Amino acid sequence: MQADTTLLTTADGQPLKAALKSAASKAKRRAFYLVAPLLAFVLITFIFPIGQMLHQSVYNPDFTIHEDKGTKIQTPIMVNLQVWFRETEIGTVPDEAAFAALVSDLIQLRELRGQGEVGTRINYDVPGTRSLFTKSARRAAKLEAPFKEAVLDLDEDWADPELWQAMRTAASPYTMNFYLAALDMRRSETGEIVAVAENRQIRVKLFSRTLTLSIIITLTCFLLAFPIAHLLATLPLRYSNLLMILVLLPFWTSLLVRTTSWIVLLQSQGVLNDILVSLGIVGANGRVQLIYNEIGTVIAMTHILLPFMVLPLFSVMRTINPSYVRAARSLGATSWTAFRRIYLPQCVPGIGAGALLVFILAVGYYITPALVGGAKGTLISNEIAFHMTDSLNWSLAAALAALLLAGVLALYWLYDRLVGIDNLKLG
Amino acid sequence: MGNVSSADAFVEFERVQKSYDGETLVVKDLNLSMPKGEFLTMLGPSGSGKTTCLMMLAGFETATHGEIRLDGREINNIPPHKRGIGMVFQNYALFPHMTVAENLAFPLEVRKISKTDREAKVKRALNMVQMDDFGARRPAQLSGGQQQRVALARALVFDPTLVLMDEPLGALDKQLREHMQYEIKHLHENLGITVVYVTHDQSEALTMSDRVAVFNDGVIQQLAPPDDLYERPHNSFVAQFIGENNKLPGTVKGRSGDIIHVEFNDGEHCQALAVQAVSEGEPTLISIRPERVSVGRDDLTNSTDARVLELIYLGDHIRCRMDVHGNDQFIVKLPNGAAKVPLSVGELTKVGWAAEDARALDPL
Ligand SMILES: Nc1ncnc2c1ncn2[C@@H]1O[C@H](COP(=O)(O)OP(=O)(O)OP(=O)(O)O)[C@@H](O)[C@H]1O
Ligand SMILES: [Mg+2]
Repeated sequence: MQADTTLLTTADGQPLKAALKSAASKAKRRAFYLVAPLLAFVLITFIFPIGQMLHQSVYNPDFTIHEDKGTKIQTPIMVNLQVWFRETEIGTVPDEAAFAALVSDLIQLRELRGQGEVGTRINYDVPGTRSLFTKSARRAAKLEAPFKEAVLDLDEDWADPELWQAMRTAASPYTMNFYLAALDMRRSETGEIVAVAENRQIRVKLFSRTLTLSIIITLTCFLLAFPIAHLLATLPLRYSNLLMILVLLPFWTSLLVRTTSWIVLLQSQGVLNDILVSLGIVGANGRVQLIYNEIGTVIAMTHILLPFMVLPLFSVMRTINPSYVRAARSLGATSWTAFRRIYLPQCVPGIGAGALLVFILAVGYYITPALVGGAKGTLISNEIAFHMTDSLNWSLAAALAALLLAGVLALYWLYDRLVGIDNLKLG
Repeated sequence: MGNVSSADAFVEFERVQKSYDGETLVVKDLNLSMPKGEFLTMLGPSGSGKTTCLMMLAGFETATHGEIRLDGREINNIPPHKRGIGMVFQNYALFPHMTVAENLAFPLEVRKISKTDREAKVKRALNMVQMDDFGARRPAQLSGGQQQRVALARALVFDPTLVLMDEPLGALDKQLREHMQYEIKHLHENLGITVVYVTHDQSEALTMSDRVAVFNDGVIQQLAPPDDLYERPHNSFVAQFIGENNKLPGTVKGRSGDIIHVEFNDGEHCQALAVQAVSEGEPTLISIRPERVSVGRDDLTNSTDARVLELIYLGDHIRCRMDVHGNDQFIVKLPNGAAKVPLSVGELTKVGWAAEDARALDPL
């Protein structure tokens, strides 16, 4: 602005800006000490594990390092193959040297008892190959040159170029393959990125289902929560307290109890269907499938997440003075116009906060969809859980989780651009 | 006095009662009629039902009983947005998410007035309250007085014939309040609008209004022009609520025409104007304004001894506390002019007043 104004100074000649900074820094330091324990807690329990997870999603050493379960000693494995991969181009047809390397590596694996893990690692990329490794490792010591023929004799699956491509990528522990897998893609034998077979494309579908169901859940939560929050904010204290207890009641019971009670209500022999049948709305053999599909997931999760929408809305509505709406009415607005132009805009911070909260919770929800979702109503979190507990493909689970995290962050950024994060009112 | 016949009444309350809980009446039997263009103030202590009356007129509360008429039309069942009444709220109620100009344009938008007309009207209204340069600001960026002006402009921008104001100046400091009082008064005169104004500041009521309705306990105690209210209060509540007032309790001893004969508790006598208590033997309260008391003269009808207890110098006048007829809170105002009477504390002197200035009211 005005570049030629003289620098302001304090009484003893210090530049004003510097004086202000040093005065403020003391207060800042003290504030920092206060939050330091929390900061340490967050770093250790949150930032660090997320960093671990992100690392795991691109790093998998199962094909290159063997760790003994008992002694924890780490041994490099598959070294001969790694040399061959380094010396040849992608897509090279494996020759005698390659098979010789394979056999010597398999012999080493057999000694370390590591063929299972290596087989599992390749099995992620080429399904059905785990037994190939265990079987071949068992017999590797007996094989004689020429190794190519001997190995192919043992099992001709070893000629599969896809298998060799999978081993080539697995030979370097850092890989983007898990992200490809998370997005239903893989590398072809020539190293190009291609989509996996149609009947195996499930994860993108799960992601999009998670997104649609979360949006639907957020919307239904909003539609149900808005009138409740409005009542809470306007009713006399006596009634609003009672209503508040009803809203918070779900928090007092176990999540499992709440979810199973929905099963009791919604299953095809359940309360709701019985009522529908007895009223003659549906026939006895036309019972509506309300659970173990998307409907069940939406209903149960809306119920569970409703308070997270009600509370931010309520806290914002409580601060809106009723005289605004009165003023609008006295200025000639119908009650609908007054609501739309005056009341609703002032609720936006609460709507934003509630929607963001419910959406983020819904995107990562696990127990409820696992219990009531069936095959059609499970979400991406159930897939992540599956790879963590059943298939033990932690890298893929981490890649899926990282994509979910990226999606949520993108949403947060979008919200900041559209509404402004400083407009957020959580309570 | 200020009675308006039903024919030319613009705003009319007839036998209006209001109860919120079904147990107590907040407004009891309200009868009021206002001609077009009047500036009427509702004055009264907190909780006396002023806001309730205003809200019934604006349509935010329904009358439990009785009729409210606007321009001859009964409006009990007309929703607020169809009444066309401008309103200034106590907390201004400017929409926080809109700029000043958008606030002003709002009543025009809902009336589907074209954009060009809207802009012209908003500009004119802002100019009227001298806020031309503030159209783009948000209400939160304005001072209290500026917000007040915007609220006023918003209530006037759609040319309502009736404007209600509920303690619009309550939040302002004294100087700004007085300034705004003049501005509101001028707007009222220039625009020819009818105004119902609520306040509990009596000087505000006296300086601004054509007529003042003094409320207490849900009842209009007196409805009169300011000078009448001050000089001829109807009952002790009004006498005490408006301005300063000396109270002397006594008993009616006799009557001749409008003048009654009163005996005070100390046995002394006095002539007073009968306003409320009329029959002999009834207790009464004599009310005398401090500036109607003369000091040092014994040629008046009611003349008595008084001892000076305290003198307070106030520049233009001297406030003197005296003991008169056993009341040691008797206040007299002595003008600080050429004819000033020298008094000193402890001195015994004479005070007196005309019989018409001593008003016999109901005992408290
Ligand atoms: N919504 C309500 N429900 C129940 N009682 C009410 C309500 N509003 C006002 N009252 C009662 O009605 C009486 C009159 O209230 P009102 O607001 O009209 O007083 P007021 O004269 O405007 O007072 P103030 O000068 O303090 O604004 C009070 O006793 C108050 O407690
Ligand atoms: Mg009030």
